[in-house]
Amino acid sequence: MPAATTPETVDLTDRDRAMLAGDFGQAAAVAMRIIATMAGVYGAKRLLDIEGAHIDGCLYHGDSGVDFAELLVAGGARVSVPTTLNVGGLDLVHPEEFAGTAERRAKALRLMECYEEMGCRTIWTCAPYQTTPRPAFGQQVAWAESNAIVFANSVLGARTHRYGDFIDICAAITGRAPAVGLHLEENRRGQVVFDLRSLPRALRSAAWLLPAIGYLVGERCGNRIPVLLGLEEADEDGLKALGAAAASSGAVALFHAVGITPEAPTLEAALGGEEAAEWIAVGVSDLRAGLRSLSTAPGASEVGIGGSEDDGLPIDVVALGSPHFSPREFAELLPLVERHPPAGRVEFVVCTNRLSLGELERTGNLERLRAHGVRVVVDTCVVVAPILRTPAGGVLMTNSGKFAHYAPGNVGFDVVFGSLAECVRSAHRGRLWRDPALWP
Amino acid sequence: MSVAELEGRTLVAGAGAGPVLRLEEPLSFWGGVDPVTGRIIDRRHPRCGESVAGRVLVMPYGRGSSSSSSVLLEGVRLGTAPAAVVLRELDGILALGAAVARELYERSPPVLVLAPADWEALPEGAEASVDVSGRLRIAG
Repeated sequence: MPAATTPETVDLTDRDRAMLAGDFGQAAAVAMRIIATMAGVYGAKRLLDIEGAHIDGCLYHGDSGVDFAELLVAGGARVSVPTTLNVGGLDLVHPEEFAGTAERRAKALRLMECYEEMGCRTIWTCAPYQTTPRPAFGQQVAWAESNAIVFANSVLGARTHRYGDFIDICAAITGRAPAVGLHLEENRRGQVVFDLRSLPRALRSAAWLLPAIGYLVGERCGNRIPVLLGLEEADEDGLKALGAAAASSGAVALFHAVGITPEAPTLEAALGGEEAAEWIAVGVSDLRAGLRSLSTAPGASEVGIGGSEDDGLPIDVVALGSPHFSPREFAELLPLVERHPPAGRVEFVVCTNRLSLGELERTGNLERLRAHGVRVVVDTCVVVAPILRTPAGGVLMTNSGKFAHYAPGNVGFDVVFGSLAECVRSAHRGRLWRDPALWP
Repeated sequence: MSVAELEGRTLVAGAGAGPVLRLEEPLSFWGGVDPVTGRIIDRRHPRCGESVAGRVLVMPYGRGSSSSSSVLLEGVRLGTAPAAVVLRELDGILALGAAVARELYERSPPVLVLAPADWEALPEGAEASVDVSGRLRIAG
């Protein structure tokens, strides 16, 4: 077994050292070597205990990810803290939804099985914070998946650094993580203020705009911690959409919304008593710019300008649910779809998790959605797995900032961003429909 | 021919040699490098189309997705990874991909961080080598 460097600068406990020495099994030794190496890379002085983990490594990117999972399984890996799984490369409930090759299907499935064998909970969702017992305020966890990280830190006030593939499962196996970054109080204060107070009130409380605000924040603040000042109201679905967009356009892992998120009762608290490094006044033109960068299809950016019945950009696909759709979002979608059912030639897909699916089944709403041609996909999503049947090159419309960011590169569609109602009515027409009432 | 020797901070130790590929703009490996060919595929990147395979990749820092560690690991598996990665700023994601590659395939490009002035001094195309103690030699 190759010896990764274990930097002498990291103060390991006796238990950490025993784990390195193989006393807890081969897989735990591998996991601890990687954690210790990364602690050295980050300049951590010590490791800390974590109480939960969320794993992104279960999504197939290539055979090396399977090799790594198999190495851990063969070494007897078991997670030592409650651990949940992000999306995989397949919808296990609806296997017919997979449109890729048999070889890719087999590998994606094997990877998912490996993580299940290590004792992870198979919730297969990028919105774990809407399904399971969630981390408490102040709790140390190791979460991967950019939108889940930003939600855990910002909305729940739990503490995780920005983790990704491989180190996530190593933390879950060892129960340890480098004591760096957002795990530590002193690194959580806000740095850049986004002042929304000059915007019309109707825009500051518009749920459909939150992804555009998030996208703008991510673009302008990079990996610094933003503070949103003047956000009128936002429920958890709104904060989920905002955070997911900010974590797509930037490396945002924590934001504070003054008066809304738990570490920001006041601006002073959000800034940790220090001066803001930068103060950005956000005007209507900035919001329009944020909206423009969310859409890539030519002729898509005229938000607030309604098209007549016979013109407007043709829409091929409507994709919703990144992060995964919640029961409340389905409750909003259903009456819209019943009033304006999608045209037959438009592919309409909603991605969600099994908990939401179960509720849709119990209430009979799944059948009502399906009757109108809406497909509900679980365990995975349309930008990470071959799910869409429409050939690449068309136009995909979404109300998700994250889908809008990743769909062009990952699945080759031009994108139009719009509100939920705009998505539904555009699917109904087969052409882009804009709601002139959205702008005051 | 003169040889210059630089010493950096080793994030992941190893040895590798090859011609310098110097990127002034950061690059996300995920969505930015095709692990099958080693080529840069990010269309917004100025060096799109060039290959990182076997090169001493000099860039300021990595950018973007945390799945970049997966792409570097896949590159090691397929033999398309850089010979070494030389950064100006700490990047945990590429170091993680390299650390996992060492565990899994018993090989990986070394990942180093150089002081900014030293980092600036690495010319495009120069033959460079990194040894296990973190010393970087440039023939020029």
